[in-house]
Amino acid sequence: MEKKLNEFSVGESGVIKAVVGEGKIRRRLFDMGVTPGAEVYLRKVAPLGDPIEVTIRGYELTLRRTEAEAVVMEIKQ
Amino acid sequence: MKKFALAGNPNCGKTTLFNNLTGSTAHVGNWPGVTVDKREGTYKKLNEPISIVDLPGIYSLSPYTPEEVISRNFILDEKPDCVINIIDATNLERNLYLTTQIMEIDVPVVIALNMMDEVEKNGDKIDVDQLSKKIGLPVVAISALKEKGLDELMKQAYAASLSKREGATVLEGTKLMHLINDCKIGLKHSGVDNALFHAVKLAELDELEVAAHPDSAKMVEEFKATFKDDVFGADFEAIVADARYKYISKNYSHALTKRDKGKDKVTKSDKADKVLTHRIWGIPIFLVILFFVFHLTFSEDLFYLGKMGVFDKAEEEAVQEEEVEYDSAIEEFCDGVTVESFFGLEEGFYSPGVFLQSTLGVFTDLIGACLSQALANAAPWVSGIIVDGIWAGLASVLSFLPQILLLFLFFSILEDSGYMARVAFILDRIFRRFGLSGRAFMPMIMGFGCSIPAMINTRTLADQNERTATIRVIPFFSCGAKLPILTAIAGGIVTLLGMGNADLITYGMYLLGVVVAIAAVILMRSTTMRGEVPPFIMELPAYHAPQFKNLMLHLWDKTKHFIKKAFTIILASTIFIWFVSHFSWNWQYLEDEQINNSILAGIGGLIQPLFTPLGFGSQLGINGWVFVVAAVTGLIAKENVIATFGTLGACLAGAVIDVEVDGGIAAVSAMIAGTGIHVPGLLAFIAFNMLTIPCFAAVATAKAELPNKKSFRMTLLFWVVTSYLVSCMIYLIGTWWWTVFIFAALWAAAITCIVLYNKGKIDFNKLKIAKKKE
Repeated sequence: MEKKLNEFSVGESGVIKAVVGEGKIRRRLFDMGVTPGAEVYLRKVAPLGDPIEVTIRGYELTLRRTEAEAVVMEIKQ
Repeated sequence: MKKFALAGNPNCGKTTLFNNLTGSTAHVGNWPGVTVDKREGTYKKLNEPISIVDLPGIYSLSPYTPEEVISRNFILDEKPDCVINIIDATNLERNLYLTTQIMEIDVPVVIALNMMDEVEKNGDKIDVDQLSKKIGLPVVAISALKEKGLDELMKQAYAASLSKREGATVLEGTKLMHLINDCKIGLKHSGVDNALFHAVKLAELDELEVAAHPDSAKMVEEFKATFKDDVFGADFEAIVADARYKYISKNYSHALTKRDKGKDKVTKSDKADKVLTHRIWGIPIFLVILFFVFHLTFSEDLFYLGKMGVFDKAEEEAVQEEEVEYDSAIEEFCDGVTVESFFGLEEGFYSPGVFLQSTLGVFTDLIGACLSQALANAAPWVSGIIVDGIWAGLASVLSFLPQILLLFLFFSILEDSGYMARVAFILDRIFRRFGLSGRAFMPMIMGFGCSIPAMINTRTLADQNERTATIRVIPFFSCGAKLPILTAIAGGIVTLLGMGNADLITYGMYLLGVVVAIAAVILMRSTTMRGEVPPFIMELPAYHAPQFKNLMLHLWDKTKHFIKKAFTIILASTIFIWFVSHFSWNWQYLEDEQINNSILAGIGGLIQPLFTPLGFGSQLGINGWVFVVAAVTGLIAKENVIATFGTLGACLAGAVIDVEVDGGIAAVSAMIAGTGIHVPGLLAFIAFNMLTIPCFAAVATAKAELPNKKSFRMTLLFWVVTSYLVSCMIYLIGTWWWTVFIFAALWAAAITCIVLYNKGKIDFNKLKIAKKKE
C-alpha cells in the first residue's frame, strides 16, 4: 500500500518508494539519507502536532509535515 | 608545515578530537573569501609539527549551506596534505555518505572511526579491516573522548600524506559513469584540478559547478535530454544519492554485526526523550528549564528564599551608618567588605551568577582602592585617568564576565546534552508562524546572554534570508550588558515615584524587546526578506552527558574573547570618554563639577535636539546632554552607559557616586534630579538603548556574518529606525495617552498597505504567467 510520510501515525513504519518535488529541500532529504529503499519508522510528533520525528538509517531525523509530504512510502502488509 | 583537515558530520566528535590533538594551541583564524572562524591548531607528537584545521560539520559537499561551501572550498582550494574524515561509528550509514563524496577529491583521506567504544557497549561489532578494504581507504578506530587511538590515527594520516592519491568514486557501474568519465576528460583537458569530483557534481547539475564550467554543463544537459531510467527518469541528483547509499549499505552490512534491531531497544536516551519532548509536558518543562537558567545566573534572591521570609531578621539590625573619616582608600574599602557583599544574606542568598559577580567586584574594588592610594600624591588628572577612567571602565566591563560565562555554561550544557535540538523540535511550529524555523530559536535565546555568539550561531540556519532577519533581531533580546541599564533606570524610576516595582519594569522591557523582535521579523518576512519558510530537516542527536573538559575549553574561549574586548575597544573608549569629559575645548583640565564646560558636553548639546521626540533631548535643559552622551557611549559597549551614568551623575550631584554599590540607581536619581526628566522619557531611554545599534563588537560580528555590505548598512539603518520609532512611541503615548490612537491608526494603515501589496504581487505574478501561457 502506498502512503505519504505525512499521513503516517506514531508507530507506523515503511520503506521509501520515492522522493518527489525538487530543489533544495529534496537535495537536503537525500543528503540526510531519505532515499528510496530506506526504512522509516515514525517515532514521535512534536507537542504542537508538527514537526515529526522518524528513525531512518539508524538515527533520529526531524522534519515538518509539509516536507514529509514529498516522501512516498510503501507500507509492508 | 603539513596541513591536515578534519571533516565530518555535525556532532560526530570532531571538536573533541580537534581539542585532544592540538591541546591548547587552538586559535581562531580567518580564511579568505568567507569570514568564518575555522579553528586551527598544531599537533606536535610526530617528527614534524602538523597544522590541524577543524572544518565546520557537514552532511554533504552540496552547495546549500555556508558550512558546506566553506568545507568544500577548503578541501578543493587549500589542498590539505590529508583529510581526516571522522565518522560516528554508531551511525555508520549516514556518516559514510559524506565519505563517498570526499573520496572523489584527489587528496589523501584517512577515516577515523570514532565512538567505537559506544558501538561495543551496545553489543555491536564493526570489522575495521573489512570496512577499510571495501572503501579503499585506511580506517583507524579511535575514541576521541578517551583519547584512544589518536597517535595511530596521526601516524596513518602522516603516512597517507606522503603519497598522492587519485580520487575514486563509488558510482562505477551506474548508468551515469559514462557521462562522468566524459566530463572528467573534458575538465582534465582544460586543466581543472580534482576533475573527478567536479565531473560528478556537474552530472548532478550542482549550482556552483554549472556556473564554473558552463561548457561541460551543456554536455550534461544534452546527455540528460536523451537519458531514460525506469525508476528515476532523468533525475541525476536522485540517481547519484541513491547509488551512494546503495553502495554503502552493500559494504556496510559486511562490516557491521548488530546484536538486535535498534528500533525495539529502549535506551536511557529514549527514556529521557519521552519526558523532555512529551506532548503535554514538553513545553512547560522547557519553560521551567529556561527559568532556572536565568534565575541561577541573574537572581539576587536564590529560589526566592528571601521573599518567602527565610531571611526575615526583623529590622533589628538597622545599624546607624556612622560617618567615618578614613585615612586611606584601602582602609575605607576594607571597612565596606562584609559577608553580605559576597552572599547577599540581607534579602536572600545570591544566585551563583550574582555571587561570582559580587566576588569579582570585591577584588576589582580592592585593586581600585590600591591604585588610588598609590596615586594619592600624583597630579589630579593622572590619578583621574587611571582610577576613574581606565580602571573603573575595565572593572565595570569585567564585572559582567561571571554572569555571561555562567549563562554560556548553561547553554553549552543544554547544547552538548542534545536538548537544544529538541527545543527546536518542540518550538518549530511556533517559529514557522513568523516565517522562521525552530533552529532560529537557539541564536535568539543566546542573545539574552550576548549578541556576539548568538550572531555566529546563526550559521546553522540554511536560509540566507532567515539568517539576515535573525541577526537583525538578535540585539532586541536584551543581552547581559543591557541588564544594568534596565535595573538602574527602573530603580531610579521607583525612587522618583516613591512607589512601584523595579522588577516589573525590567521584565516589561525584556518583553518589549521580544515583542519588537517578533513584529520586526514578521514585517521583514512580508516585505524586504520575503521568501518561503525555510525547511526544517534536522538530525536529533542522542542525548549524552556533557563533557567537562569540552565545557571548560568552550568557556575559556569565551573568556579570552571577552577579555580581549575589554582591553581593546572598551579600554580605548573609556579613556576617550574620560578625556573628552574632563577637558574643555581649550585643553584645560576640568574638575568633575565643571563637566558642563567639557568637550563632551559641547558635542552632546549639539546632537541633543535629535532626541527631543524621544523625551530625553532639548526639553531637559542645560544638563540634558548627559542622557544623550550615555546613549552614544553605549554604541561602543553597552556597559559604558552605566559607567557614563556614574561619571556624569556624580558631576551633576557634585558628589562621588560609586556605581557598583547600588547598580547605578543613585547616579540615575542624580541625573533625574539634575535634568527633570519624566518617566516616559526614562522608559523611552531604556527602549532606545535596548533596540538601537548594539555594541561595537556585536556590530563587527554582524558585519562579518551578513552576506554583503549593502545588507550590513541596511541592518544599521534598521536598528536606528526601529529604536527611534519605538522610543518615540513610548514617549509620546506615555506623555499624551491619546496619541495611542494615532499610532494604532498609522500601524493599521501600514499593515493594510503591506498585505494589499503582497496580495497584489501574487496577482501580478499570476497575470504574468497567464500571459506567458497565451
